[in-house]
Amino acid sequence: MLRKTEKMKIQLISLIMVFALHTMASQNLIETTCKSTPNYHLCATTLKASPGSSTADVADLGLIMVAAVKAKSREALSTIHKLRRRRQPKLSQALQWCAEVYKAVFEGDVAVAEQALRGNPKFAETAMAGVALEADTCEDAFEGVVVPPPALSGVNKVVHELALVARAIIRNLL
Amino acid sequence: MRLHVKFLYVFLSSIAVILFNNGAQASHEVHTELKSSTAVTVRRVHRTGYHFQPLKNWINDPNGPMYYNGYYHLFYQYNPKGAIWGNIVWAHSVSKDLIKWERLEHAIYPSKPFDKYGCWSGSATILPGNKPIILYTGIIDKKNTQVQNYAVPANLSDPYLRKWVKPDNNPLIVADISINKTAFRDPTTAWKGTDGNWRISIGGRRKNRGIAYLYRSKDFKHWVKAKHALHTKSGTGNWECPDFFPVSVSDNNGLDTSAKGSHVKHVLKVSLDVTRYEYYTLGTYSTEVDKYIPDKNMVDGWNGLRYDYGNFYASKSFFDPKTNRRILWGWANESDSTIDDIKKGWAGIQLIPRTIVLDPSGKQLLLWPVKEVETLRGKGVELRNKKLVKGQKIEIKGITVEQADVEVIFSFDSLDKAEPFDPKWDRYDAQKICSVKGSTVQGGLGPFGLLTLASKELEEYTPVFFRVFKHQNKHLVLLCSDASRSSLENATGTYRPSFAGFVDVDLTSKKLSLRSLIDHSVVESFGERGKTCITSRVYPSKAIYRNAHLYAFNNGSESIKIETLKAWSMRKPQQMNQ
Repeated sequence: MLRKTEKMKIQLISLIMVFALHTMASQNLIETTCKSTPNYHLCATTLKASPGSSTADVADLGLIMVAAVKAKSREALSTIHKLRRRRQPKLSQALQWCAEVYKAVFEGDVAVAEQALRGNPKFAETAMAGVALEADTCEDAFEGVVVPPPALSGVNKVVHELALVARAIIRNLL
Repeated sequence: MRLHVKFLYVFLSSIAVILFNNGAQASHEVHTELKSSTAVTVRRVHRTGYHFQPLKNWINDPNGPMYYNGYYHLFYQYNPKGAIWGNIVWAHSVSKDLIKWERLEHAIYPSKPFDKYGCWSGSATILPGNKPIILYTGIIDKKNTQVQNYAVPANLSDPYLRKWVKPDNNPLIVADISINKTAFRDPTTAWKGTDGNWRISIGGRRKNRGIAYLYRSKDFKHWVKAKHALHTKSGTGNWECPDFFPVSVSDNNGLDTSAKGSHVKHVLKVSLDVTRYEYYTLGTYSTEVDKYIPDKNMVDGWNGLRYDYGNFYASKSFFDPKTNRRILWGWANESDSTIDDIKKGWAGIQLIPRTIVLDPSGKQLLLWPVKEVETLRGKGVELRNKKLVKGQKIEIKGITVEQADVEVIFSFDSLDKAEPFDPKWDRYDAQKICSVKGSTVQGGLGPFGLLTLASKELEEYTPVFFRVFKHQNKHLVLLCSDASRSSLENATGTYRPSFAGFVDVDLTSKKLSLRSLIDHSVVESFGERGKTCITSRVYPSKAIYRNAHLYAFNNGSESIKIETLKAWSMRKPQQMNQ
């Protein structure tokens, strides 16, 4: 018969092993999932940075990525807001467009993706594909008038990339 | 006092709508709901004139279509809160003629634990004793876990069947351990077997294998999963909206879903979640074996036959006992961007209902717009015996070409000039061929057809056209409906595919027929009396209202002749969900 402390040690080691194996499995899931996306590095860093990702299934990983798109879009809106306060006439029309774009991303695409991702992923996939294109329209809105403000350009690019990664993850659910 | 003002406003708006009947000029309209005091600005410019759509917001799948006591019923997935998918309920409309639609209150909406998070698609069955019953997919949690519920009319003597009750002995069917419970939805209309038991099918998947599950019941309340599925196919992905029904091999009458016998073949259609199009097969089914077996010559998979080679999804058919027809509903989503949809305040339309019959060859189905749509035909024009040499086009004038019905028969003297079919091409990727061989790419026999929703200088147009190829001692006929040049607007965010399908036709008569229903932002085309159908959604910026043009054209070295072309202005139905 094992003494109490021996039993506890075995239980603790078993627990650690199960947790380690599970985490390894999750790490593998993150790696395999990110390999199916067009930007492995962005995918992996974004997912690993999220506290829930170690125990996530593919749908959860998709939702984490959608949340990243949401956060970046919020950042875009804040950047646009700051730029508009500068009141530069050459920028105003394009910024107006960008504000509408990101409002639609927020209220439309992200909302749909959050609702539909688990259970009806096709709508979520279309929504994320839409976000990538819509971020491009913000960038394009400045064309021929002025160079897009670097701060906004940077955010547009990241939203575009995150959306394409999210879309690729969601495709695994179809 | 306030109520009088509201009624006056509605009355004046109605007068305005009647006055601007054909191709309305106003591009904005404010709809004041009588139930609430919120006004939504809906952009009218791409709204259809005679297709089924509500006044505003998002719609998707047609649900539970049926005929009951003098009325056609259509329910549909609807978002009461906006122009994007979400908060889905079963909206409800009725019609006496499939053309004029009266809006009713929502029939089914989240109200119980078994549908708290959503009331998704389903079907209606008319039980013996003329008792309608709806089976639908309920969502029970935030993870979109799917169960199957039933609802029955609260009052059978209400001809409109306005109210529906969902008894507490729901859900009727939940996923067992072998079923993926987030891919378990869209119960079909039920059919009765020779043993007197009811059967339904439910769509789903296991990994990459599409599955049409089979469930049986004696009493329509207790359902038992059959050991084997109705049908499955590996590599096709999730199956949604299965539609399973018999067609007559001996005549053009539709059949009740339970029909059986030697004069009957069966059809199984599934909507493919992965590819966003549908495919069907013809086959055999008997309730003794309870399996559906596609005929040997059928392509069972992504390369299979389609009801429609364009924007046509989540379709569902029903048997109309009044006219003995099997009628098909299909949904077309928007091809513009989310921003556009939110701005314009609406998204999604239902296509004009189509009858389904078996082609005399027995190798495919024929789909054709219901005859009732022809009651909307107004002023007509006609062309006869008009020759079109290479590069020539002729304008069809005198009607509202943005809201029209066109039927044309083309003829040609010889097949000799048909260009060779490149052996490198994928015989099953018609869309790819259409995208490289567009209407401006000259050919041998073809391209010829119509230029719809065209701007005067052809900066914008949506061509619908044939191109004939020589292939292994035979000929292949390609029908294209090409949205790639449909609009000058910034292309980012808009989907402009070159939809296409092959037309299985014997060219000995040296004729090809085409019909197109044109309606502002939708073009539904039917090649060879419904052998090949293609629906396109387009958003012209110039070719709108009176600035839209319609041409017949030929860009092939073989001259073609317009034997007859008939085109009509299409009136708006007096009522469309107002």
